[in-house]
Amino acid sequence: MPIPYNRCKDVTVLSLTPHGPEGRENGLWLLELENPGLAKARPGQFAMLRPASWGFDPLWARPLSICRALPDRLVFNFLVAGRGTSALTRLTPGDKVTLWGPLGHGFAVEPGVRTLMLAGGIGIAPFVEYAAVHPTPGQLSLLFGHRPPLSCYPYEDLAQTVGAESFQDRSAEDIPRFVELLEKRMAEHAGALALACGPTPFLRSVKAAAEKYGVRCQISLENRMACGVGACLGCVAETPDGERVQTCTRGPVFWSNEITL
Amino acid sequence: MDLRVTLAGLSLKNPVMTASGTFGYGQEFTPYGDLRTLGGIVVKGLSLKPRAGNPMPRVAETPSGMLNAIGLQNCGVEIFLKDKLPFLPWRETPILANLYACDPDEFAELASVLAAEEGVAGLEVNISCPNVKEGGVLFGQDPAQAARVTEAVKKRAGNKPVIVKLSPNVADIVGIAKAVEAAGADIISLINTLTGMAVDVRTRKPRLANVVGGLSGPAIKPVALRCVWQVSRAVSVPVIGMGGIASAMDVLEFILAGAHAVQVGTANFLRPDFSFRLVEQLPTVAREMGVTDLESFRGSLKTA
Repeated sequence: MPIPYNRCKDVTVLSLTPHGPEGRENGLWLLELENPGLAKARPGQFAMLRPASWGFDPLWARPLSICRALPDRLVFNFLVAGRGTSALTRLTPGDKVTLWGPLGHGFAVEPGVRTLMLAGGIGIAPFVEYAAVHPTPGQLSLLFGHRPPLSCYPYEDLAQTVGAESFQDRSAEDIPRFVELLEKRMAEHAGALALACGPTPFLRSVKAAAEKYGVRCQISLENRMACGVGACLGCVAETPDGERVQTCTRGPVFWSNEITL
Repeated sequence: MDLRVTLAGLSLKNPVMTASGTFGYGQEFTPYGDLRTLGGIVVKGLSLKPRAGNPMPRVAETPSGMLNAIGLQNCGVEIFLKDKLPFLPWRETPILANLYACDPDEFAELASVLAAEEGVAGLEVNISCPNVKEGGVLFGQDPAQAARVTEAVKKRAGNKPVIVKLSPNVADIVGIAKAVEAAGADIISLINTLTGMAVDVRTRKPRLANVVGGLSGPAIKPVALRCVWQVSRAVSVPVIGMGGIASAMDVLEFILAGAHAVQVGTANFLRPDFSFRLVEQLPTVAREMGVTDLESFRGSLKTA
């Protein structure tokens, strides 16, 4: 009798490459895994990945945003941020990875509604799937802020389907100009929808601008998490009334007024 | 192979339970396995009122382990009874409530509320949490205080078994164990986390907002085994062992050292189907190790 439970899946690594010619030195990688049946993943959802070779060190799986859920493979773009993601870059094709997902809530999809996608750095990953599955991609536009070269990110894939602009901040001094541009795009989307994913300071700017210009806005959080299923309580975000809620199960996508940053 | 265990009137279909704070309220794990296959489920520590817990960051990965300083965030006993317990398969698998309070009176009140519930098979008293300012491990570090809390809970627990969960952060764990046994504990569970910390040289900051937290995972297994060995020989009540269990072989190790049952904790974070798989693997590994029944195997460690 088949087990009716959605057990963790052991999947095979299909490929792992730095993203673009400068991906390696910037720590930006493209990982493709066999798809164990996550066809119904919604853009903005994530999966927990734990290479079989890890043993107890690193101890936890790593949460990665699903960049593409294709029938034959799952695509992840990730940034090397610490020991775990660094260890992920040592995978080779054929290696086994234990995976569970899709997890959490994805981004709102509102056909026919003008939607502004705001991505900071590796926060671009979920928008690739978002643009690919959106029923009215003509309504989508992307503003992408980044520091490493554009070729390190799946930006070109997106620019082919949606109106896209990018902004490279070469130093901290450039950030106010980016925030200015972000505010301008927000102002143009008053009453429409904005979706954001990226570093926390970037999300703070997004949240403030959304409130200022009356844009309905969702933001996707990235937090350290051990389990991904709502049990460890290590990844909580805080709501305006002081409640602490799991980023993994109540998010990672929240309406910007649901949480404080 | 018959894996059933009975301890202080608590009948388990196998000795593998899930540890408090690592298995949510059970529901979180339903996509990954059948809760009814587990020996028991100890739910996240409950207090009379909801608690928001500590600020972030609250968890940090360490070699073969992790630190946490969650601070007993929980929904409170009322919401647990109303929204969480009805969902659990308590008729098929014992559900144990883990209790946290700031003083013996509050412990007693919490115990009476929970013991009155048909769906609660037993009470596990947390006198060993290192992450809260009041109570917690302070009760568990002094034999007299540990005994006072145990007595207060036992008086209000009706016919439900009272498990007292001990801290390893003490000079003499056997002394504490004997004190809670004398005060009426039906079962002793051990160990809670070891106090630890981690720092980041680059940022000059601690890795936990609370600075210190509780260390768990495979890194602490030798300490846990030592405590189970010492305590199970010194008391006559059954012992539930925990601390770094991450395989069926580990389960056997704890039983060999004297535990009647075990709890799987941090390993539930390694993969959410961990405990379910462990229950499936246990009979095979036991057979391979020549274990024919748990009763005679328990505590059979040969120490020349």
